[in-house]
Amino acid sequence: MFYFQMSTLANEQMSIMDSKAYLDMSLLRFTTAGSVDDGKSTLIGRLLYDSKSIFEDQLSAIEETSKRKGQEEVDLSLLTDGLRAEREQGITIDVAYRYFATPKRKFIIADTPGHIQYTRNMVTGASTANLAIILVDARNGVLEQTLRHTYIAHLLNIPHVVFCINKMDLMGYSQETYETIKKELEQLVVKLQLRDARFIPISAKYGDNVVDRSEHMDWYQGTTLLHLLETIEINQDLNMADGRFPVQYVIRPQQKDHHDYRGYAGRIASGVFKPGDKVKVLPWELASEIKAIDFYGEELDEALPSQSVTVRLTNEIELSRGGMIVHQGNEPTISNTFSADVCWFNEKSLDLSKKYILRHTTNELKCVIKGINFKTNINTYEKDLDDKQIKMNDIANLSLMTAKPIFYDSYRKNRTTGSIILVDEGTNETVAAGMIN
Amino acid sequence: MIKTINRNHLRELESEAIFVMREIAAQFEKPVLLFSGGKDSIVLVHLAVKAFHPARIPFPLLHIDTGHNFQETLDYRDELVEKTGATLYVGSVQESINKGRATEEIGVGASRNKLQTVTLLDTLEELKADAAIGGGRRDEEKARAKERFFSHRDVFGQWDPKNQRPELWNLFNGKKNVGEHFRVFPISNWTEMDVWQYILMENIPMPSLYYTHKRRVFQRDGVWLAEAPFMELKEGEQIVELDVRCRTIGDISCTGLTLSSADNLEDIVKEVAASRVTERGGRADDKRSEAAMEDRKKEGYF
Repeated sequence: MFYFQMSTLANEQMSIMDSKAYLDMSLLRFTTAGSVDDGKSTLIGRLLYDSKSIFEDQLSAIEETSKRKGQEEVDLSLLTDGLRAEREQGITIDVAYRYFATPKRKFIIADTPGHIQYTRNMVTGASTANLAIILVDARNGVLEQTLRHTYIAHLLNIPHVVFCINKMDLMGYSQETYETIKKELEQLVVKLQLRDARFIPISAKYGDNVVDRSEHMDWYQGTTLLHLLETIEINQDLNMADGRFPVQYVIRPQQKDHHDYRGYAGRIASGVFKPGDKVKVLPWELASEIKAIDFYGEELDEALPSQSVTVRLTNEIELSRGGMIVHQGNEPTISNTFSADVCWFNEKSLDLSKKYILRHTTNELKCVIKGINFKTNINTYEKDLDDKQIKMNDIANLSLMTAKPIFYDSYRKNRTTGSIILVDEGTNETVAAGMIN
Repeated sequence: MIKTINRNHLRELESEAIFVMREIAAQFEKPVLLFSGGKDSIVLVHLAVKAFHPARIPFPLLHIDTGHNFQETLDYRDELVEKTGATLYVGSVQESINKGRATEEIGVGASRNKLQTVTLLDTLEELKADAAIGGGRRDEEKARAKERFFSHRDVFGQWDPKNQRPELWNLFNGKKNVGEHFRVFPISNWTEMDVWQYILMENIPMPSLYYTHKRRVFQRDGVWLAEAPFMELKEGEQIVELDVRCRTIGDISCTGLTLSSADNLEDIVKEVAASRVTERGGRADDKRSEAAMEDRKKEGYF
């Protein structure tokens, strides 16, 4: 059974709307990887339940289904394992997105299955995450799957990783157990050069250190998981240094009142843009200046990363989708050859004789794979130089060549201008995702 | 006026949705925006206007009219079309029935909800639409939780949930073969609360149905439904007049009404915050079976 009690949070939720406080809420996207038995569903269930994000009709529906199936516990995975096939087989096929909010933040959880055959789903969930929660069973310590989940957080360059050492109740809330596991994890953090790692001893089942502080672990002085999720600083993760604005769509009203209007619509990939900024326009490498940054009739004095805006330039340039506006003196690499760490998604293996379609920012162009440099075993981190078969869920470093140059930064520096997907020309399926080196 | 936009969660969601709107205009030849008159599609139109300002929305609106709509919905729709200068197409379920493409359900509990799929797919084909933009949200219903932003449909308009394309970062793959199309959901990541907060923040005018009003209603399976000429009453069901409002708006036959005194946006948001049941708890169309939504979606429903 779940030991759910309405926490203080649910009551707080009621008062969210009493003020304009909702206008100060921020957005955090995080990913969770884990298997059925490590308590992931229980943890998410607790976060959703305690933040009043599970409704009565949803809860009673899954209670009924659980009971019908003869399960003693309420199976919270039923909340989003909504597809018939998933319910029948009792598995999560895909990434499930779940939502909850506290008075401070809105959260988007990309909940992914944790087994090796779902590496691609974990990669998908991790691609947009600001933070990763990695569950470690206190009874077992660091396992192969811990290494795998941590590697994916590293590979996708998730800025913050939170290791939740779960099921502390089953280890008598022992500080020694926690410290031993923490020490082992810290070595992993150093090895993979994670930027920010945190450790929290929890019991998802009983709620220790999830929303409320544990009464059983006085020796732990850190924050609860929810408090960390609510307060962790994420603005500093934005790349404010490198001005990159991929042009998505050209706005030309061709209406009487806006006859000469020509605006470049897009979302700021990185950097801060202001009117008057000296810029370079790619692919032409022409110099220009930002005349104005428009948003729905207003002229902004600056535009920040991830903001969708429309940019106007001082001079007339034939610029269209796929082009990029960058700051002068800080330019991306312009090349048609590069290497990337690629996760293969498709049942059809990589075919070196084939052409693929590559999508990068707002560009789409043909590419070929020139070579397989090495494959990485994500359980052991060993590199395999000889295996040239790239199958579904494999992670490999590839050399690529595109039909025309692209404007890119390394993924480590820039998640938007450093990421690509590959599309099969025949089936139109997305067959791989890559992080440019 | 010059100012910097406050980057709260609603602005993040807005930026994401606008990005998707522009991606649709860039990747597809003939997209249409599915407009139902409900709050989600009203927000969609608002976002589309913002995405392409000062130009007009570069795609038409499409309303699938069951013939069982609230008059308020139709009035609001026509006003919006005039204000935005958008083109409106209407696909009529009544016409599909007249042409023999769809068969009317009969008896108590009959609804034209399911028939909409026929009209929708026929109209998309007629318009040669290659993308239909919808207001579906992942928090709405379990079958939607795994829906993609860019959701592929085969030549029969069908959805294959087990064979969806992975979506990473903001790289959307809208490639398709002739005859296939996409459903695109720009507000996938919004919750009901986000939608109302956004409406409040942006002060978007809403149809009067969302505010409290007196209406003649009757109760069925614990849900309040509106009186209408085509709604047959079961034995024991009685018409009463109550102060109600809609939490979601669909066809009259399946739109549950909430007892409420909320007559302004702030009060509606408060009511949503305090609610203990989901908004679709009042939708008769979802109650038909555990996987009712998945089944309808596979066939090509919204």
